[in-house]
Amino acid sequence: MVMKLREIVKELNLEVKTGDDRLNTEITGGYASDLLSDVMANAQKGNIWITLQIHQNIVAVATLKEIAGIILVNGRCPEEDTLQKAIQEKIPILVSKLSTFELVGSLYQLGINNA
Amino acid sequence: MLKTFRADLHIHTCLSPCGDLEMTPSAIVKEAKRRGLDIIGICDHNSAENIMATQRAGQKEGITVIAGIEVTSAEEVHILALFNDSAKAIQLQTIVYEHLLPGVNNEATFGEQVVVNEDDEVLEFNQRLLIGATSLSLQKVVASIHSLSGLAMAAHIDRQAFGIIGQLGFVPADSGLDGMEVSPRISCQEARVKFPQANNFGLVTFSDAHYLQDIGKAFTQFLIKEPVLEEIYKALKNKDGRQIIL
Repeated sequence: MVMKLREIVKELNLEVKTGDDRLNTEITGGYASDLLSDVMANAQKGNIWITLQIHQNIVAVATLKEIAGIILVNGRCPEEDTLQKAIQEKIPILVSKLSTFELVGSLYQLGINNA
Repeated sequence: MLKTFRADLHIHTCLSPCGDLEMTPSAIVKEAKRRGLDIIGICDHNSAENIMATQRAGQKEGITVIAGIEVTSAEEVHILALFNDSAKAIQLQTIVYEHLLPGVNNEATFGEQVVVNEDDEVLEFNQRLLIGATSLSLQKVVASIHSLSGLAMAAHIDRQAFGIIGQLGFVPADSGLDGMEVSPRISCQEARVKFPQANNFGLVTFSDAHYLQDIGKAFTQFLIKEPVLEEIYKALKNKDGRQIIL
């Protein structure tokens, strides 16, 4: 099932920190990991990436892997230089109050299942 | 006769993707001298390719340059590896390159990785993914450093990202580390309160400079006989009267 970022934001009540002009991006699937090298090795283009890391390197990794958007879990707030970098690189950063476990479960229920 | 040496042993060059292009050998040693440092360490991410050029530049300015690498473990913990001989750093680099995340550096995203000579002339652009992690566990990184008679220190333990405590939760009892570094964001005294495990180690602070103006922003004074790694090791272990002066 093809979903757009905008639908995920709406359904999961995500706070849009950056990239509100890029919410029409279609999501190809998801990847959840807090190890940046793991994301660099395994995330796929167009994935939504779920992480608790908030430092600016996440934007570099997202850019490299052409990630559709980053969801930060547990209501974590991105660092200021992360936000600046995300605006510059046009990477949407979204924040969920849920934990990784709950958020990934919710994404699956929405139909994002990497199928 | 013991003397005080001011040391900033964690400095990046233009080889690190995140290092400023102005971080060239001659510029680094000149700035270090201007800041009154006696010893500097070159620790680029997962590479040793600008060490010898900086050592030659250091000789001209009369400043000691220690060979080092900031290795990224599989857990994404940054470990400073310091050696008394650049050849040992090159040997560690071989091990690191064999275990580095494969791929080509994306200069637009991560930055250029410039290999230079002591006159700051560009020799080549390193194409490896130096920003990436190795597949070596923390224990393996430390063991590799020790097998080359190097000194292994956990870098910027106060930083959540890439610091040992942020990545692993706590310092494993068998880490084998010779010391710990805190970033300029926090003092060693504050670190000892905030991270009680640091009390089990020689604790130092260095700049982790990626820009010229940050060189010497934090430094550690060692009371040692001469500016060599063996003496710094003794100071970390509080041996033979050698010590860290805070």
